[in-house]
Amino acid sequence: MRIGVITFPGTLDDRDAARAVVHGGAEAISLWHADADLKNVDAVILPGGFSYGDYLRCGAISRFAPVMKLVIEAANKGMPVLGICNGFQVLCESHLLPGALTRNSDLHFLCRDQEIEIINNSTAWTSSFTQGEKITIPLKNGEGSFQCDEATLAMLEGEGRVIARYVGENPNGSRNLIAGISNAQGNVVGLMPHPEHAIDALTGPSDQGLGFFTSILNAMVN
Amino acid sequence: MATIVVEVMLKPEILDPQGNAVASALPRLGFTFATSVRQGKRFEIEIDGEPTAAQLLEVEKAAEVLLSNPVIETYVVRVEK
Repeated sequence: MRIGVITFPGTLDDRDAARAVVHGGAEAISLWHADADLKNVDAVILPGGFSYGDYLRCGAISRFAPVMKLVIEAANKGMPVLGICNGFQVLCESHLLPGALTRNSDLHFLCRDQEIEIINNSTAWTSSFTQGEKITIPLKNGEGSFQCDEATLAMLEGEGRVIARYVGENPNGSRNLIAGISNAQGNVVGLMPHPEHAIDALTGPSDQGLGFFTSILNAMVN
Repeated sequence: MATIVVEVMLKPEILDPQGNAVASALPRLGFTFATSVRQGKRFEIEIDGEPTAAQLLEVEKAAEVLLSNPVIETYVVRVEK
């Protein structure tokens, strides 16, 4: 099982994502933004950071990186893709996921441990969790407020495509406390908080983020 | 040489925390005229000669694809004299 982790210029969390992939039991394959092939990976993770300096809009330039053309094609054919934080922003700009991530409502960059509830455990990246399970993982971003129009929000809620919600006070102004969503097929998932920073108790607030990385193995084996 | 200006604004229904922060800073400095502030982006694009209709269409396309995100933003293209 080969999981690609893409590094764009300005990506920060590619190493933690690769480490989480290995902890989850798969092989981590480094992919570069300028790569013209996906090196036969079975799934791809777009990690967090500030790709291309967040210039223009978060994820707006990364969307046009050569490797993204291949990721978009593969995702549309069913390949599992997980975008975390900046990766989520890239997936929205790529139109693989609806909506957009905008500036936190209080304008502050947030960095804290955040409790989230898993709402949908039937996607490629959430099957290791139970529905309604609450986990605590780091949240660290300046532009994490999920926004979309009413029709899109109704579609996401109606089709069960909200995969995780913030628990407690809304940290960033996201509509309906949305922390993560999926595409209609469930192979593409975007998540604002960081499960890759919570895979063992030594370096994170918990090991509860590991479920995202074991889920993908279940999805590929079954 | 001409300058084509593209102005990008958040849609009215999208929360603009930056505009709100400016709106609340103004009265602190004694500027009491504003009832609301929205903050946007302005691109100044230089081209050789006067822009043709085809070039303006190209700029429109670029504004749609790259300079703005139609999910949350609107744009206006105009030629600066």
